[in-house]
Order: sequence, then structure tokens, then C-alpha cells
Amino acid sequence: MAGYVSKNIRDATSKSQRGTEESPLVKWTLVALSGTFLAVFLLIPLANVFVQALEKGWDLYVSALKEPDTVSAIKLTVIVAAITVPLNTLFGVCAAWAVAKFEFRGKSLLITLIDLPFSVSPVVAGLIYVVMFGLQGYFGRWLDDHDIKIIFAVPGIVLATIFVTFPFVARELIPVMQATGREQEEAALTLGAGGLKTFWYVTLPSVKWGLLYGVILCNARAMGEFGAVSVVSGHIAGVTNTMPLHVEKLYNEYQGQAAFAVASLLALLALVTLGVKTLLEWKQSREFARAQQNVESMMNK
Amino acid sequence: MKKFLSAIVIGAALVGAHAKDIKLLNVSYDPTRELYQDFNAAFIKHWKAKTGDNVTIQQSHGGSGKQARSVIDGLQADVVTLALAYDVDSIAEKSKLIPADWQKRLPHNSAPYTSTIVFLVRKGNPKGIKDWDDLVKPKVAIIPANPKTSGAARWAYLAAWGFALKKYDNDEAKAKDFVAKFYKNVPVLDSGARGATTTFIQREIGDVLVGWENEAYLALKEFGADKFEIVTPSISILAEPTVALVDRVVKKKGTEAIAKAYLEYLYSDEGQEIAGRNFYRPRSEKALEKYGDKFAKVNLFTIDEIFGGWQQATRKHFADGGVFDQIYKP
Repeated sequence: MAGYVSKNIRDATSKSQRGTEESPLVKWTLVALSGTFLAVFLLIPLANVFVQALEKGWDLYVSALKEPDTVSAIKLTVIVAAITVPLNTLFGVCAAWAVAKFEFRGKSLLITLIDLPFSVSPVVAGLIYVVMFGLQGYFGRWLDDHDIKIIFAVPGIVLATIFVTFPFVARELIPVMQATGREQEEAALTLGAGGLKTFWYVTLPSVKWGLLYGVILCNARAMGEFGAVSVVSGHIAGVTNTMPLHVEKLYNEYQGQAAFAVASLLALLALVTLGVKTLLEWKQSREFARAQQNVESMMNK
Repeated sequence: MKKFLSAIVIGAALVGAHAKDIKLLNVSYDPTRELYQDFNAAFIKHWKAKTGDNVTIQQSHGGSGKQARSVIDGLQADVVTLALAYDVDSIAEKSKLIPADWQKRLPHNSAPYTSTIVFLVRKGNPKGIKDWDDLVKPKVAIIPANPKTSGAARWAYLAAWGFALKKYDNDEAKAKDFVAKFYKNVPVLDSGARGATTTFIQREIGDVLVGWENEAYLALKEFGADKFEIVTPSISILAEPTVALVDRVVKKKGTEAIAKAYLEYLYSDEGQEIAGRNFYRPRSEKALEKYGDKFAKVNLFTIDEIFGGWQQATRKHFADGGVFDQIYKP
């Protein structure tokens, strides 16, 4: 029975070449339109970043990246991502686990809250921390008296980045965890595995590609965030400028080539992210297909 | 032998001097990036020679109003060097980091250099821009910055208003009408002076950049005098960018002496020379002699004469619901 259903589905996918009964003309016009759109608005500007960066030659490109302020911006960006991504991964796994595997009151509220950073403007994300920790904010005087710097220093930048990258891992994991269901874990538990062991050997392997994908997206945004970080950074050259802020600074100082050199690093990050994403999706679909084949052959026996 | 000697000298310097490492943060406005790069290098050398200590000067740049806001919110500036006195006043008033009488602590109202508002046009002046009148003609696109956030833009707004008052015999209604026409010709309002400059030069939007004189000269230097021309209007405003010590921060960090010396050095021969070299109008006679000819003679009025000072001008023109909000409809 199951075999029959999945065979039907496969037939449907193989036929989907034709999609609807529209003529090939419509199909190719649509493909050409979206292709042109992508080329004009995405590919050409992206390629232009590299052209501008290398305009004055490779040597200048490299020396632009070796500038002390640029090096410090790269370092700061890496540090921020190194703190943000693991924290949000941990949070994402916890949240997805809770949402996918348990029933509790306020679950939909939790899901809405996880999505909040997607719907809030990054400027607001920055400002809420200024209102909390700025000198005129709720904790401002106390922090100042105790010589603790949050806003206009690394902690503020980390906080703002955590806020905007909050949903990425959880959002990727929730559907995957829901799809895998609870049966396997229940089986593991009845066979005597503890909670942690079940998580480590049963849950995690079944969601690993989704998790990795979430982590990669989270990292890309953490390194590329401009708005929220701009509000809390203070823009001190060589101290609190992350890479995106540094690009803006260089451009404003008429150092176009250097600005594009740093921008090219961010563009490279984007390309790597896309590459890894494609690879992960391919792996995931292959594993899914294999699992389905196994089920099918078991059913047919 | 030479190497040996220099090794001894360096060694002696290391042992003897006990050089301290001091960090200063100068929070400044948009177009002073090049000025302070130049000035900081000179001051570091001067301080090293005088005391043996190593200073690192960190810079933060942005729209003047925005920078003031950051200092109010706790950006630990040792000194602020902003586009207008009102922004320093705001810091004093809202955060009490600076005493209210700050402007009397340094000569020339704490403005070590001045500038004014001029026009930058494309080569050959295709729209024939000569004075403020020409900016309100139809089909002239002008690029000032946003007076809500940018210092240069406030000076430019007030300069246009001042011109109109003179032209229409102090008729306020006509002046308001003139400035409304002025902002009708604005295709885009950037938040800072430097953003407006890049809009005009690199994105090639607009016929006239209305902004700092120093910024216009710097653009000529960076992008070539064969592409742009400076037009000086018949009358403009005396812009006084002001500097101040942030008392509470320097007391806490123990940098009071050096921060004071830093600001005072702006008034020294070398400081004035650097200001002149970077197209700011210097105060000292000596630097004026050398650089005065570079700047066109222009009839300058002050904000106190026409508007009764920054507090009044801000309340009337730039506050929420003020004249600018009434006339500017994007």
C-alpha cells in the first residue's frame, strides 16, 4: 500500500516537467524573466563587488585587507560570530525540541516570540539595548558606576547580534523535528536509553542537516548584520567597527577600492554559505530518498 | 657601530622613560575624517616629544546630531569635536557630562576653525548657478543633507533663510516660502554631510551640492578640479564647529590633562596650519596669511545676528513640528 502511494508520488514528480497544460512558450518566458531579474538585481551587482575590489590590482587588494583597522574589523566580526552562533544554536535546539516534542500551554506564544526578531526592524533591535544599558537607560548609571561597558563596546554588539539572529536555528529545526515525529525516541526510551543518550544518538542524527543549515544561516547573518550593530557600535575605528560598518566607513572616506575589498570578503561569505546550503539540501534529500527506499523494500517483502 | 649606538639609544629610552600608553577617543562629525587624521599624527608626535608618553587617538565619525546622541547614551568620548554648538549643548543639558558654560573655556567660542556653506557644481556650471536664488529655480536638483541629523544641513538651511530675509527685507513669510521652494528641489536627503557628498559625486545625483566649504574643496582635491567647480554665493553663514572636553569621562579615565592639551593644540601654530591645509578657515593671523587667499571673500552673517543663537533657531526651525517639518514634504 505504502509502496503504491510513493510510486504514484514519484510518477507525479516525473510528470511535473509538464506542470500545467500551459504551452512551453509560457514556461520559457517565465524562466527567462526570472533569470534576467536575478542577473540584473543579484548577479551583476555581486560580480561588480569583485571587479571594484580588484580594480587597482591584486597587490592593492591584499594591502587594503592588511590595514590595521580592517584587520581589527575582521577580528571583531569573527569574535562576535563565535559567541553568537553557539549560543543561538543551543537556544535553537532547546526551543525546537520543546516545540516539536511536547505539548504545553503558551506554545504558540513561544513560536511567535521566536519569530519576533524577523518582524522587528534591526534599528529597533539596537535601540532597545540603548534604552536598557545606555547612560540614560534603566541600568546606565549603575553600569557606569561599576565601570561596566555594554553599549558602544563588544558586549552590546554581541547582544544586538544575538537578537537579530535568534530565530534562524530554531526556525530550521522545528519543521524537521516535527516531521521526524516521536516514535523513534519513544522506541529508544523503551529500549532503556536515557534522555541525553536518546537525544545524542537518535534525535540529533535525524536533524543534523537541518541543524547545520540553520547554523550556517545564523552565521551569515551574524557576520553581515548592519542596522542593529550600527546603533550600538559607536563607530570607533579599530575598536567597535565590524566588517559591514567598516565597509561603510571606508566608502565614506573616499577609499572605494578598500571598501569593496572588505565587501568582497562578505560577498565570499555569502557564496560559501549558498554553496554549503545547496550541498546540505542535496545530502538531506538523498538521505530521505534512501530512507524511503528502505521503507519501500521492507513493505514489499 | 651605528646600529650599536641606536640600540643603546633605544634601550635607554625604554628603560629611562617609563612611557605611558594613553588612549583618547575623539567623537567627531562627518567631514573631519581627513582633518583629524592629519592633526592626530601631529599631536601624537608633539605629545611624545613633550612628555615621552605614547598616545593612541581613536576616532568616531558620523552625522553631528547622531554623534552627540551617542555620547549622551554613554559613548566614552574624551573630547567631542562637533559641527555646531547646539549638539554640545545637548550633551551638556541631557547628560550633564559637560558643564553648561563649556563654550567659554576655549578661545573663539570654542571653535578653533570656521567654515561656511558653499555650492559645488559640475564642471562648466551647466545650470548657471551663481547665488541662492538660482537654487530655487525649477529643474535644478540640489543636494543638501537632512537638517534633522546633519550639522552641515542645519547651517545650509539657516544660510538659505538668512539670504531670503536679506533679500525680502526681513519678511518672514517670504523667507519661509523661499526655503520651502529650496527643499522642493531636493531629490534625496542624506543623514550626514559625507553621505550627501558621495550621493552627489559618486552616485552622480543632482546639479548642486550645498554643503561645507571644506568638504567642497576636499572633493576637488580627491576627484579632480576638472570635474567640479566651487560656486561661492554672495552671502552665507559663518559656521563655527565647536570642540569640548567631556569632563566626566576624562576625570574617570584620568585623561584630563592630555585631552585638554589636545584641544588647545588645535589653536597652536601647527594646529591652525593643519586646519588651513584641510580647507577649514583658520583663526590665527599667521595661518590666515598663508591660507586666507584660498577662500573666496564672502559676506558672512552669524547665527546670533539673524536667529538669536542655536537654542532659538532649533526650537523654531528644527524641533518636531517646526518650520522644517512644515515645509518639507518628500
